[in-house]
Amino acid sequence: MADKVKNKRFVLRVTVLVIIALALGGALISAFMNDDTPVRVGEPAPDFRLDNVEGDSVRLSDFEGQGVFINFWATWCGPCREEMPDIQAQYEVFKDQGVEVLAVNIAESELAASRFAERLNLTFPILLDHDRTVTKQFEVGDIPSSFFIGPEGNVVDKHTGILTEDQIKAYMEKIRP
Amino acid sequence: MEQIRCECGHENPYGTEICQSCGKPFDNKQDILNMRYEGVARRSQTYNKSLVDRIWNFFASVRVGMTMLFILLVASILGTIYPQQMYIPQTVEPLLYYEEQYGQLGYLYALLGFHNLYSSWWYITLLVLIGISITIASIDRFIPLYRSLKRQGVRRHPSFMSRQRIFGKSEVDHPEKVMHRVKAQLQKQRYRVREEDGALLGEKARFNRWGPYVVHVGLIILLIGALIRIMPGVTMEEYMWIRDGETVPVPGTDRQFYVKSEGFDLDVYDETSAEEWVPEEFRTEAVLYENVAEDKMGEPQLEEIKRQTIKVNQPLKHDTLKLYQSDFILNEFSEFSFHVKHKQSGDILGEVTVDLYQPQSQYDLGGGNKVELIEYYPDFELDENQQPATKSNIPNNPAFIFEVTTPHVPEGEHSWIFVGQKIEAPGNENQYELSISDVQFNNVSGLMVREERVLPIIYTGLGIAMIGLMMCYYWQHRRIWIQQEGNEIWLAAHTHKNWYGMQKEVVKLIESTELMNPSHLKISKDFLDKEE
Amino acid sequence: MGTPVLIDISSTLLLIAFLLYIVATICFVVTITGKKWSVEQGENPKKKWGKIGFLTTLVGFGCHLGFFFLRWIGQGHTPTSNMFEFMSVLSLTVILGFIIIHAIYRVASLGAFVLPVTVTLIGWASVFDTNPKPLIPALQSHWLTLHVTTVSIGEGIFAVGFAAGLMYVLRTVDQKKSSAQTFALEFFLFTVLILVGFIILSFLFSAIGYEVSFEYINERGEEQTITYTLPAIAGPHEGEQITAERMQPIISTPSWMQGVDAPRKFNTMIWSVLGGLVLYVGLRLLIRKRLGAAMQPWVMELKPSMLDEISYRAIAIAFPIFTLGGLIFAMIWAEQAWGRFWGWDPKEVWALITWLFYATYLHLRLSRGWHGAKSAWLAVIGFIIIMFNLVFVNLVIAGLHSYA
Repeated sequence: MADKVKNKRFVLRVTVLVIIALALGGALISAFMNDDTPVRVGEPAPDFRLDNVEGDSVRLSDFEGQGVFINFWATWCGPCREEMPDIQAQYEVFKDQGVEVLAVNIAESELAASRFAERLNLTFPILLDHDRTVTKQFEVGDIPSSFFIGPEGNVVDKHTGILTEDQIKAYMEKIRP
Repeated sequence: MEQIRCECGHENPYGTEICQSCGKPFDNKQDILNMRYEGVARRSQTYNKSLVDRIWNFFASVRVGMTMLFILLVASILGTIYPQQMYIPQTVEPLLYYEEQYGQLGYLYALLGFHNLYSSWWYITLLVLIGISITIASIDRFIPLYRSLKRQGVRRHPSFMSRQRIFGKSEVDHPEKVMHRVKAQLQKQRYRVREEDGALLGEKARFNRWGPYVVHVGLIILLIGALIRIMPGVTMEEYMWIRDGETVPVPGTDRQFYVKSEGFDLDVYDETSAEEWVPEEFRTEAVLYENVAEDKMGEPQLEEIKRQTIKVNQPLKHDTLKLYQSDFILNEFSEFSFHVKHKQSGDILGEVTVDLYQPQSQYDLGGGNKVELIEYYPDFELDENQQPATKSNIPNNPAFIFEVTTPHVPEGEHSWIFVGQKIEAPGNENQYELSISDVQFNNVSGLMVREERVLPIIYTGLGIAMIGLMMCYYWQHRRIWIQQEGNEIWLAAHTHKNWYGMQKEVVKLIESTELMNPSHLKISKDFLDKEE
Repeated sequence: MGTPVLIDISSTLLLIAFLLYIVATICFVVTITGKKWSVEQGENPKKKWGKIGFLTTLVGFGCHLGFFFLRWIGQGHTPTSNMFEFMSVLSLTVILGFIIIHAIYRVASLGAFVLPVTVTLIGWASVFDTNPKPLIPALQSHWLTLHVTTVSIGEGIFAVGFAAGLMYVLRTVDQKKSSAQTFALEFFLFTVLILVGFIILSFLFSAIGYEVSFEYINERGEEQTITYTLPAIAGPHEGEQITAERMQPIISTPSWMQGVDAPRKFNTMIWSVLGGLVLYVGLRLLIRKRLGAAMQPWVMELKPSMLDEISYRAIAIAFPIFTLGGLIFAMIWAEQAWGRFWGWDPKEVWALITWLFYATYLHLRLSRGWHGAKSAWLAVIGFIIIMFNLVFVNLVIAGLHSYA
């Protein structure tokens, strides 16, 4: 009889300890191991829709099968102004090889963005993220910030800060279909 | 691991201090009996062999629990020496900030991670260990205690009786009659009475003994809630700035919800008398919409769901989504109007009104007179190359370049306008000038957006803990044993708290039933008084 | 703002309560010290003095309540929004705690130690700005009233536990030889005298309207004018005195003391410690023994077990109330005002620390080894933590709660 009690007790203890260990392990792992960024390299990029300066609607998913270079910028950001001509130059090279550039302007007026594009003779689509929804979706903090999406829609790479023309070229080659 | 066989024949598990059937103490002392946990064998004391048992015993120990609580206490104090990282400016490098503000000690503080103490892995681990300790210690004590109180006999062993703190005996002539009176009186004093071969047990507020375990259940629920909360995606904390009249998506809701500000306003106490003004109220007239469009990324279709004035202490609530009044910017520029004047004649051709957030580029004044906004800098500055640029997208210091085209000047002429000053395009004399005729201001409201899904768990835990605390401290489990021993009637009483109250009830009982002279009652002096 | 007449009446009521509490304290001291009196026919004079003391306390409590409600009506919100108001409410709830515990145990002599707590708190409260202030939006909530009053009631009853604990220590410490306990007790009494010294000095110098100002570079590197209300022993670091005909500072505040108005606080601290020292040394010279030894006969007639039980009971009664006000109501309100039920603000953390401390105390009571002296000291420390949270955290450690 004593052995039976002892066994029951052992089972109870093990059960309680295992439940606690599992629950806590799960909770702690998910709390500390998760880096909590929705845009991770190697995973599909979140789709979005924005209007371009001409007022047309543009979706990321429209470009499936193409490489997409998403660049977050603003006219008040010096480094953004600096890298734009280089992006334009490489865009002209890779445009016909299936690479598209989407330059997402952060919360500025259509006028400011389009005048800026005209001044620098930018020919790729300039998208307007008035309410910063996409900026938040991609967790953009410092700009310029660039994301490189492969033809399958996966994030191939990301970069924060100014890019040199060589870097732009290398990235574009990476996402070329 | 021998069972303990009592003289009454009951088999008690190893570690038992008082026979669970008749109440005979197993130690052979004479002093006051330790009634803690009814003298039952606690699981943690029973076996100490396997790893499982050792882990169990570690967490079941009150000493270990108290030690962890003490460490938590000291750690929490350390965290308040300097402000935590969340209360310092978010843009600065913490190590530098703490060194600059608080010197070497500050640097060390940040280096050791004390500036993020409450979310550090070891602080959370400590909380978790305390949670485990509470759980196991409660199971370890509650189950045997519950059984013991459930099964307790009525007739107690004489040595159990005589070793209670309140004990008395007296000879009576008609024990049965007296017992009858005592039973009635106990019931009158609202005791639950059980009778068993010439013995009475009056018991009151037994639920008081479950109090600690109820508190612990509440605290465990609270801790579980707190743990769920630190998992990603459970809470949402966002911030939004919204201008008067704007309708914008609520951040963090994937365009499910939109909010419109119909205006921010603030009241100030008695503006004239106070040296520095004291705000009386901040409020945003807000409208919450739900986007019912299938495709959340497409054109939103908004349906109004709530209209409310958001004030401090009065957030807008919709299910788990809450919007809080947090901050504001008063009088941001929103619109500039300009008169276009022919300089020589002084004729005004018309007025141009520029929306500073979404300016148009073409303005038709009629009669072939046109104004085009060529460049717009909301926050004008000269960049490193002395070129005009903007510092931000907020119209703090707007600057414009206009081109005026009329039938007289079909090629157009440029004028620059800064806030407060005009510069004409150099080289040629302009025929037309633009002058600011009106300025409109806007208020901007800062709203906190929160979604706290664990709130019901937290409140449930707190509520249960509170009920448990009241069970613990506002009621007392009281027991009175009365039994015939030959010609004598013996009385013993026990409580865990408030002996003073217990004593009064016993005296009342014996006085009203003439059970014995109160001077027969032996109320053992407290241990402390003895130690003196 | 508000109705100034009512505020004036309420201030007078507070003064009356203050004086009545002093009278009551004297009655209670007579109760416990006047044992040489012969028992004449009729009532035991000690009991009589205890009764008079308790009645006086009740009248004082009535005036004190009058202060609370008149000020409430007069300024249009509960007097629970700045240091003066917090402290006067706490002093009120200490008396409430005394009345509750008295109703259970009928030990009037407890008043001899509880009432001085209230008297000190009212005196201390009056050092702060007593003018009614309009309520900022963050405080405009019924939860302000609920949260602060509930916390205060809990802390008031904790104060009774503290007083009984202190009496236990005074009663049981062996004064024949010096020990860690006698030292700790003397140190504690010295700390109380520092506080008393601070209150007396503040009143003296504010009565003569003493002020001296300095210009200095403050902790944010800005130029600041700072006004002392006590003569400057320690001037600001590299400060310049701009009020003529005042005592020159003797030393300057160390440059590493960086905080809002640090030089003035440092100067006040020096004065308080000096004041406390003068009082302590003076008393020691006067009575030629330890203060604890001098006070011991006052409590000699009380049973230690009774004091131990009262101290424990008071804390046990206060704990759920404190939990309700200091944690539960606090969380509900924080959720409503700031959008998070817990934010690790220093004041919140210190409320948690207080709670953890008393929770530990209650657990330790389970084992018999922690009854008596140890538990009495814990009751004393617990109240020190409460005062620390009320004063130090509000005034020194900045956070969301620093309104005063």
